[in-house]
Amino acid sequence: MTASCPECSAEITLAADTMASEIVACPDCGAELEVVSLTPPTLALAPEVEEDWGE
Amino acid sequence: MRIAVLASRVRAEEKLIFTELERRGLDYVKVDDREQIFDLHRREYPFDVVLERCIQHSRALYMLKIYHDAGVPTVNTYHVASTCGDKFLTTQALVHAGVPTPGNVLAFTPESALEAMEQMGYPVVLKPVVGSWGRMVSKVNDRDAAEAILEHRDVLGTYQHAIFYIQEYIKKPGRDIRSFVVGDECIGAIYRTSEHWITNTARGGQASNCPITSELADLSIRAANAVGGGVVAIDLLETEDGRILVNEVNYTMEFRNSIDTTGVNIPAKIIDYTLKVGRGAA
Repeated sequence: MTASCPECSAEITLAADTMASEIVACPDCGAELEVVSLTPPTLALAPEVEEDWGE
Repeated sequence: MRIAVLASRVRAEEKLIFTELERRGLDYVKVDDREQIFDLHRREYPFDVVLERCIQHSRALYMLKIYHDAGVPTVNTYHVASTCGDKFLTTQALVHAGVPTPGNVLAFTPESALEAMEQMGYPVVLKPVVGSWGRMVSKVNDRDAAEAILEHRDVLGTYQHAIFYIQEYIKKPGRDIRSFVVGDECIGAIYRTSEHWITNTARGGQASNCPITSELADLSIRAANAVGGGVVAIDLLETEDGRILVNEVNYTMEFRNSIDTTGVNIPAKIIDYTLKVGRGAA
């Protein structure tokens, strides 16, 4: 399963057990990406950390 | 049993939880807060239990309230989330339950906050009441630093930053302890070691196994009960004179660095507990 990085256009290979909404890092540019769809595999820039994020 | 898992971003923890739900063949649905439109007049939801794993405290809180009011049991409860999501409310709960916790004061103006810090004696720790991962937690070493940080918060911060939650600085032995409580059991604990005074693993603290002594287990369970119980992670500080103090309690705990370290299958424990809550047996 592959998808393209929205930041640098690199072709990223996703692990077979990748889930929707999972966060992956682009190995080329390091951008933090969210898997927004699995059919077809699609990546978007992950949301920025907000003040009330955490545990 | 129909299980709803509230989550948006799937972190390592959520992935482990979903994998465990799949492995057991349980009937679950992921409820992504970003996609929801809640009709506040709706009184029923088709779930037997809700497991909350949101990354955003405010959304978690409101969704837990919605399901709670519709009669769906939740892990954790709205009460626990509201208490743990606010450091002031956590401290109040701990103090009134007689759980040992560092000295703490609250002030509402930069002037009174400065006066409080002078009275406590430096260093002190200034924390936002809402927030995680050690973000914007400041060790204030002297009056100059206090004046600078108070002015910055006054000018640049939101209203939340005009609530000054000031804690006694505990000189700890280069580490703190995080223990995990599920229901009435302390299931494991880790040391978080760092050369920096902030030891959060999200900030580079290294995890290693911490043996659960009866003192640690007892304190952890008392802290969990003080905030309302459920699935919580307790941050504890060791003082130079050998006491253990409860620093914070987290209600959507992260545990990716603690499964191999403790040898405990934490996601399995969370799901066991969630099923128990769903059966009305917790």
